[in-house]
Amino acid sequence: MKEDRYEIRFGGSGGQGIILAAVIFAEAAGTYEGYHVCQTQSYGPEARGGKSKAEVVISRREIDYPKVIKMDLFLAMNQVALDAYFFDFKPNGILLADATFVEQVPTSRALVLPFTRIARDQLGKEIVANIVALGAVGTLCDKVSIESLEKAVIAKVPPEFMELNVKALRAGAEAAASVDLSFLPRSIVSEEEIEV
Amino acid sequence: MENELTHEKRVLQGNEAIVEGALAAGCRFYAGYPITPASEIAELMSIKLPAIGGTFIQMEDEIASMGAIIGASLAGVKSLTATSGPGFSLMQENLGFACIAEVPCVLVNVMRGGPSTGLPTSPAQGDVMQARWGTHGDHPIIVLAASSVKDCFEITVQAFNLSEKYRIPVIVLSDEVVAHTRETIVLPKLEKIEVVERIRPSVPPEWYIPYEDNSRGVPAMANMGSGYRHHVTGLVHDPKGFPTQRPDEVDAFIRRQYRKITNGFYEIQMSKTLMMEDAEIAVIAYGSVSRSALHAIKSARSNGIKAGLLQLITLFPFHKKAVDAVLRQCRSVLVPEMNMGQLVREVKRVNLSSKVFKYNRVDGQFITPDEIYDQLLRM
Repeated sequence: MKEDRYEIRFGGSGGQGIILAAVIFAEAAGTYEGYHVCQTQSYGPEARGGKSKAEVVISRREIDYPKVIKMDLFLAMNQVALDAYFFDFKPNGILLADATFVEQVPTSRALVLPFTRIARDQLGKEIVANIVALGAVGTLCDKVSIESLEKAVIAKVPPEFMELNVKALRAGAEAAASVDLSFLPRSIVSEEEIEV
Repeated sequence: MENELTHEKRVLQGNEAIVEGALAAGCRFYAGYPITPASEIAELMSIKLPAIGGTFIQMEDEIASMGAIIGASLAGVKSLTATSGPGFSLMQENLGFACIAEVPCVLVNVMRGGPSTGLPTSPAQGDVMQARWGTHGDHPIIVLAASSVKDCFEITVQAFNLSEKYRIPVIVLSDEVVAHTRETIVLPKLEKIEVVERIRPSVPPEWYIPYEDNSRGVPAMANMGSGYRHHVTGLVHDPKGFPTQRPDEVDAFIRRQYRKITNGFYEIQMSKTLMMEDAEIAVIAYGSVSRSALHAIKSARSNGIKAGLLQLITLFPFHKKAVDAVLRQCRSVLVPEMNMGQLVREVKRVNLSSKVFKYNRVDGQFITPDEIYDQLLRM
């Protein structure tokens, strides 16, 4: 049976807005792009700190298993979450990481951009780092357009923060678009593993 | 209310869909005490119910919550409470009262790891037997299990309908995965939803016999305060509602409780079969785990293994007929559960000579399709 699951994992620490980013992505895909979506999360009892993980599966068909099986994209907002949740990739999957809090990445098929620094320096609010990252997700993911993400952001945030968040989304999308991905290795799986 | 339901594709959590289902079914009273992973139900009810003239009360605990929804239902209002394991334990005493007094009400238990406060943020299916036998004494009860956001909506509507029709508490079992997964759902239009109301007395108040038997075994139910004065007690009672110890009355009372539910088996016992037509092995699952099972079965099929799925929606009264058919058809059956093996015993009891395997996970993690697929390969 043919599968058309597109799967994203968002990882970071509690308070970084990981779950919100996943929810917005799910709403963009489900409400504005017409996909079936499943958005799940796992988090500890603590509200801040610790690591938090959210996942989105989108498909043109009804989704059975609601969590990630093989990732197309992994957004890691800090080193701890990157190290903890870096597994289950599709061969052409790609890592997206926040250079502000990630020092080393375990693969060369990665796009490392300073989301939090962009939020702080260009937008003056560190809190929108998750939306900046979401913009980059929108650029890398060909299933959901930036326009749909923008509509979902507008529907989700309070009116007084709408402009800031839309700016953040665009800043992230542009940052990701300015990188030439053709220089990256074609598979995230190391060549030795493929031979075996 | 009508504009609350937009009939467009929306992304909702399982817990939110339970609220939408309850409101669509006519629920207008909620009493509860917040607890992870069920809190969103109370949160949303506290916003939505007052807006449509309903009542939301946050009670001091789950014992009182259960008492409050029984009271509201006796007064004629469809009532809901929601909780998780620790609260569910506290509700058992009053749940028994709802059973013996035949008070329709719906109780959602979003299962988390237990016992006691256990694992507050992790999924589990450890309360299956508690849902059936948590309150003491012989009693029938209806237990339904939801596996998706769509299920949460539909099963909650069903729960209210069955509860009203049979005058019985209905327990909806969900779990942390179902409760917190956000999924796309198109809510049906209100006029397309079948809503059942309890049958109220058609006789004048002075002729009303509150627990009088009839062909359905379900006595007509008058609203408290509507002039139909009657007595409600947790003691076994005669048709007039007063305590009795006369063996003939007690026997007739208990047997009527069972008869009314047995009569309704055809409609109460709900299940779904997927790819069962030519299946040689099968998975019997319920709740979120049935989704992992479905994925595993698709993988098995694409590798030439003839596997099928029986998803039980009604856990109790246990759907022997559907299970028996699967046990007869398949050479072996797997029952995966996020507990040490609770419903698998019911499955085995149906036919002791059939090959039934269990697969259990009790580490607070959701069972994955790969794990079930591995088990299928061994069958």
